[in-house]
Amino acid sequence: MAEVLVLADHAGGRLRKATAELLTLARRLGEPSAVHIGPGAETAQKTYAKYGAHKVYVVDDADAATYLVAPQAEVLAQLIEKTSPAAVLIPSNAAGKEIAARLAIKAGSGMITDAVDVRAGEDGTPETTQSVFAGSYTVTAKVTTGTPIICVKPNSASIEAAPEAGAVEAVEVSVSDAAKAARITDSQPKKATGRPELTEAAIVVSGGRGTGGDFSPVEEFADSLGAAVGASRAAVDAGWYPHSNQVGQTGKQVSPQLYVAAGISGAIQHRAGMQTSKTIVAVNKDEEAPIFELVDFGVVGDLFSVLPQATTEVKKRKG
Amino acid sequence: MNIVVCVKYVPDAQSDRTFQESDNTVDRAVDGLLSELDEYAVEEALKIVEAAGDGEVTVVTVGPEAAADALKKALQMGAHKAVHVQDEAIHGSDAVGTSLVLAKAVEKATDGSPELVLTGMSSTDGVMGVVPAMLAERLGLPQVTYASELTVGDGRVTIRRDGDVASETIEAALPALVSVTDQINEPRYPSFKGIMAAKKKPVETWSLADLGVDAGDVGLGAAWTSVVAFAKRPPREQGQIVTDEGEGGAKLAEFLSAQKFL
Repeated sequence: MAEVLVLADHAGGRLRKATAELLTLARRLGEPSAVHIGPGAETAQKTYAKYGAHKVYVVDDADAATYLVAPQAEVLAQLIEKTSPAAVLIPSNAAGKEIAARLAIKAGSGMITDAVDVRAGEDGTPETTQSVFAGSYTVTAKVTTGTPIICVKPNSASIEAAPEAGAVEAVEVSVSDAAKAARITDSQPKKATGRPELTEAAIVVSGGRGTGGDFSPVEEFADSLGAAVGASRAAVDAGWYPHSNQVGQTGKQVSPQLYVAAGISGAIQHRAGMQTSKTIVAVNKDEEAPIFELVDFGVVGDLFSVLPQATTEVKKRKG
Repeated sequence: MNIVVCVKYVPDAQSDRTFQESDNTVDRAVDGLLSELDEYAVEEALKIVEAAGDGEVTVVTVGPEAAADALKKALQMGAHKAVHVQDEAIHGSDAVGTSLVLAKAVEKATDGSPELVLTGMSSTDGVMGVVPAMLAERLGLPQVTYASELTVGDGRVTIRRDGDVASETIEAALPALVSVTDQINEPRYPSFKGIMAAKKKPVETWSLADLGVDAGDVGLGAAWTSVVAFAKRPPREQGQIVTDEGEGGAKLAEFLSAQKFL
């Protein structure tokens, strides 16, 4: 069976959930091999093995962490050369998509981004599902040239364990000088909120213009549900919430199990980021707000009274 | 400093965007416009040139005849000249093909030595966000993407990138390719003067032959990916809507409990 390379998404060996999802999906196409670039492979190895990695290629190269995108693409290009994989799966986040983009050009291979599903098609080669035009269309696509490079969105698969050896193999690669052109010179960590990552969260509670800048009811409701907090573009543009929390076309695209929109009208720009959520709930004063067209449950009312009451009730029910 | 800004003509997100049955490509018959996210790149280029007091901004697009509208908007904002790469054979190109044509156009527009290439963070139709990286790879330029702040000086570009876990400072030597987010500035509206002046600004139209690109390397047939099928998603069924008369929050919690979210 052919190998399937999975680029691990990690910070110093601490894996993000997407990696286990990719390993789970990769098993449909062949034998997964995790590709671990940077330090911390020992920490992550157990998880790779648990989710079906036969091999773990480890590239512990300091340059890969200090320089953007290009070194990772070079590493993967060399691994494609070495292993002739059936496919390469990469997390569909900003960095992942750019790595895939450069890799596609280097390897002469087609690439697909933002897949929400991957499977073996009739001829055995990978076939993907994407949700496009603000979630109004579903597209089935294939890579027709080279090694299929597929970026898969977080939360696209439920993770399933399938233990394999996960044998670690150190890989010698060369990173060219040209790849060391854009350097990260400073990094200021954001204050940890203790909340789940927006794109990975099972539940997201977002606030918009209707908060008037006061996100506390949104955050308190989110915390009662163990949810991530999102924001509409209007709220971000007003400076009420950080851009990294923006849900929508120019922010994050999320597909949680439950999405709660509070004080968000539901313009196309916002819909593009949340329309594929499984269950949608909205709270809005304006009964004409377009967001209500999408909801499974909607409350026409003031979020400043509805959310606190819901928070109290949720806490009570959860005990 | 001379700056090249790559822009895209996209179907208006407010219109009913769809695909063509004949070849599964995006239907360009609906109203189009300059991709909103590219306005930030045009604005940033204008600001740099204005602050420096010299240099020109050239906008480049690859697209059908109607894509001239996107260039016109950029010229009205203040860009100095425009290049429109237009060729029947380009229809249906994927990001790989588009980036090839753009790379050749940027090279030709700068006599082979671009100083600074700016792009938006992604288009508003395909939304892949991969063309900037592909373009950097093809042009052999450092790639400095998702800038929410950009400084150019002393032969270098420095950006701030606001990521999920950290705010990073990223540096590269010029020449470089920089993509900007919608957080970087507030794009100007074309003034009346700008609209009048745009009519006299040079727009060059180049074919694939002008760029030395083989028609067989681009277009639908040469795409490295293929859309096998597309289907309109059934609209979401509107669920239950209640009006808050004092227990809206409790009803909401009840719904979440019934759906097993608690």
